[in-house]
Amino acid sequence: MHTGLVVIGGSLGALEVLRAILLALPASFPAPVAVVLHRGPDKGVLAKFIGRDTPLLVADACDKDRLLPGRVYLAPADYHLLVDDEYLALSTEGPVNGSRPAIDVLFETAADAYRERLIGVLLSGNSRDGVAGLARIKQRGGLTVVQDPATSDAPRMPAAAVGAGVADRILPAAEIGPFLVATVIAARKWL
Amino acid sequence: MNETSPPTCADVARSHSEIDDLTGAIFRQYGYDFRHYARASLGRRLSLCLADEKLQDFTALRERVVHDPDCMQRVLFRLSINVTAMFRDPLFFSALRRQAVPWLRTFPTVRSWVAGCSTGEEAYSLALLLMEEGLYERSRIYATDMSATALAKASAGIYRLKDMQSHTKNYLQAGGDGDFSQWYTANYGKAKMSDELKRNLLFAQHNLVTDSVFNEFHLVLCRNVMIYFDRELQARVHDLIYHSLAMFGILGLGNKESLAFTPYESCYETLDSANKLYKKVR
Repeated sequence: MHTGLVVIGGSLGALEVLRAILLALPASFPAPVAVVLHRGPDKGVLAKFIGRDTPLLVADACDKDRLLPGRVYLAPADYHLLVDDEYLALSTEGPVNGSRPAIDVLFETAADAYRERLIGVLLSGNSRDGVAGLARIKQRGGLTVVQDPATSDAPRMPAAAVGAGVADRILPAAEIGPFLVATVIAARKWL
Repeated sequence: MNETSPPTCADVARSHSEIDDLTGAIFRQYGYDFRHYARASLGRRLSLCLADEKLQDFTALRERVVHDPDCMQRVLFRLSINVTAMFRDPLFFSALRRQAVPWLRTFPTVRSWVAGCSTGEEAYSLALLLMEEGLYERSRIYATDMSATALAKASAGIYRLKDMQSHTKNYLQAGGDGDFSQWYTANYGKAKMSDELKRNLLFAQHNLVTDSVFNEFHLVLCRNVMIYFDRELQARVHDLIYHSLAMFGILGLGNKESLAFTPYESCYETLDSANKLYKKVR
């Protein structure tokens, strides 16, 4: 029986918000975290930058990585990141919503695999990527959180999610991390 | 590449067993074996097939595929697409130049296998690299794929001109020292790969899942193909690859793949861990 999962998607303006979220998570956070940021290639710089100061282990995901607590998995450049039960899988399918990695691909496959044992978080960005994925998470019984567009550098993506009615919670950037901690640690079903 | 998102699925459990029924029917009818493809990516790719075929569910797709071989070819092509750019991961190709080429130079004939070549971009990239390294004349490149449609496109070597122009940056980052545009002719928005590159390049049908060893190679590239297979199938394909490699032969995998947890992990020495180049040593 596997633990739950947190999935986070973001684009323009999301990097600092993601760092802030991860800084709020303790080393004992019981759910793995999988992330899609719209990104270009680098030599592991992004993972290092994001992982600085957090006790969680942040790395680019590899194909068939096992989802483990204490770890943050980033979609690598130019691959889609999929959830396949307790594992991650990669794909080189064409761009979705103009992006590869695409947030929708992560969110939809996570929703199918984890259903109600899932929290999906959509951050700042200007694309429509992630809205359909968040809808699927909600449809499958998961909890959806959207960064308050008013606090987003690029508000279009979170605003689209709010407008589509798929946000269970709309939170300013600084409150997302503490909310995840409170929700995940409090809920018995996650442990 | 068209962008689509899959149609909203019905209940996931039902869709899993529908997929099993579909892959089972395809195997019985045609012998193509998708039963051990990785579930998540297979589901998404088959959903794209549903959109292509304008069908509602996998049961309907099964009905059509079983009775219509052209539909089977279309599905096969969809499940075969895996590489989308010339010199994708340019650093891999520059690592190939540094780590593999010096060793390949020691052979009078160099046999390379691009396994799962799809529409051919990687095969042409390798051909070009060998040409620039002065190895092409004594090279034989075998590029194989399960899809006849993909192979036809690969053989033709005709790509979108604007794609080729954007691949120039990759070519340069991969250490290309010439003029990329000399290797294709441009016409009506299309780029046709030069016949020079095709002389020692053979495209042929081969299915990694069901077919066996057909030659011994000094270099095998199997990049971003096995990500679509489950662990059991990956192990079987690694067995095939291992037995297709000469001793000290070189294997190249995709940027985020690895030999970890595969049965032949200890038979290879890592030449370049960042760029996934391995040498068979036992």
